[in-house]
Amino acid sequence: MAKITPLREAVASLVHDGDTVALEGFTHLIPHAAGHEIIRQGRRDLTLVRMTPDLIYDQLIGMGCAAKLIFSWGGNPGVGSLHRFRDAVEQGWPHRLEIEEHSHAGMANAYVAGASNLPFALLRGYTGSDLPKVNPNIRFVECPFTAEKLAAIPSVRPDVTVIHAQKADRRGNVLLWGILGVQKEAVLAAKRSIVTVEEIVDDLDAPPNACVLPYWALSAVCPVPGGAYPSYAQGYSERDNRFYKAWDPIARSRDGFRAWMQRHVLDTDDFAGFRRVLAESMAQIMKEGA
Amino acid sequence: MGSEDFTATEIMTVAASRLLKDGTVCFVGIGLPSTAANLARLTHAPDVVLIYESGPIGAKPTVLPLSIGDGDLALTADTVVGTPEIFRYWLQGGRIDVGFLGAAQVDRFANINTTVIGSYDAPKVRLPGAGGAPEIASQAKEVFIVLKQSPKAFVAKLPFVTSAGHLDGGDARAKAGIPGAGPTAVITDLGILTPDPVTKELTLTGIHPGVTVEQVKAATGWDLKISSGLKTTGIPDAGTLAALRDLHARTAAAHGQVGGEG
Repeated sequence: MAKITPLREAVASLVHDGDTVALEGFTHLIPHAAGHEIIRQGRRDLTLVRMTPDLIYDQLIGMGCAAKLIFSWGGNPGVGSLHRFRDAVEQGWPHRLEIEEHSHAGMANAYVAGASNLPFALLRGYTGSDLPKVNPNIRFVECPFTAEKLAAIPSVRPDVTVIHAQKADRRGNVLLWGILGVQKEAVLAAKRSIVTVEEIVDDLDAPPNACVLPYWALSAVCPVPGGAYPSYAQGYSERDNRFYKAWDPIARSRDGFRAWMQRHVLDTDDFAGFRRVLAESMAQIMKEGA
Repeated sequence: MGSEDFTATEIMTVAASRLLKDGTVCFVGIGLPSTAANLARLTHAPDVVLIYESGPIGAKPTVLPLSIGDGDLALTADTVVGTPEIFRYWLQGGRIDVGFLGAAQVDRFANINTTVIGSYDAPKVRLPGAGGAPEIASQAKEVFIVLKQSPKAFVAKLPFVTSAGHLDGGDARAKAGIPGAGPTAVITDLGILTPDPVTKELTLTGIHPGVTVEQVKAATGWDLKISSGLKTTGIPDAGTLAALRDLHARTAAAHGQVGGEG
């Protein structure tokens, strides 16, 4: 049953040390504000799940929140590497990061299986790839009808899924549109869920086939305007490609990264505070770049 | 009329785009594949159907997407579906004619590595990983790969096979039960490599104007076979080059650069 609550309270009560947490979003609607709040509250030993870990996962990993990452593509889209992710995998900094690596089709099917209350996902996949050699959670089963060999991987069943959406009504029914990724499946696969939204409205005004997550299937709905930044919410904001580029040099050095996180995330109270401090430093970066 | 004045990247993009026929249903990777596929759509193949793994089907972006989930892809698409549906119904369902992929490395049988350089457990370089490629490479009816040619990218043995090409060559792919025909062309900044019909070993069958066979061999980490019928790539016509440059200019104006997946 969705409680409309401030993000800080939702994270405090729903995300615990050691949890399996999926902050999903496929370039669009990435829940950056919620990721920051998890970092501020100092969560540890998380198993992070996401098809496309990007900047917010780089930050969670670099700040030592994660023990394990389950993923299928980890990079800074259009820019290059995630330096904190690479440092964790290549050098074990700030500590060793266990990885469980899949393909997008595998992950997407694993979320569907989780939402469907099935123990594993079944797909035609991974044939000829070395991924099954390094991931014991990719196995093959025989079809009982045709004897065909098919890939099987465990369902994704997060303790908590966190997503960002465009809007909710006052009961907590959530509407999202545009590129949806696996957000609906990730919410329905999880025990608990947090949805940050751009705004709370009287009426969702949703057409019949719209992607609506009903209030009774969610744990918390938190108004955080711009909470996907530097990702975007279609109809509300544009992706800030400048920040994705700016992140590359920030994340390259351990000290530079730590100092940046201290100033922008740990020393700010909330996402609005982060945006204010960021606006100052982005103006500086743009001035230096010009 | 052709134009003599083009860069190696431009002729790679144009050569790749020419391979896409009008009406083809194409599953597009971000970066070079997306540039080539959109160039095809803007020139000789207006009815090519572009599908991106984030969910847009029939995307007609006005500028090149920086990420695979840019808003322009959704706004210009015929429909946007969830990512599970893309992989389950549209790819696994057998509806994709061409999978258009990039790669960090390929080997002589067009297997693809996008995972690690060095060992998996102690990687020298950790790359982004598989994304949608393993299933695109196996389930699209055929696959085009586009990447720049160098000894570091064209290696005799891959440290990791992320996505299957022709495996060990010959009929290895069919024997493994992989449905699609696999890579039928690898387009580079130097030429076009296609698999030998029997051995499936990549053979240089096309060479871009001004490039020598020695240059291509030097950029390949194995003893590259050269086709006896080696053809020189036709120079890009002025209209195609103008369309490509306009696309890049619009893209730069919109978000400053072109780029990768995610």
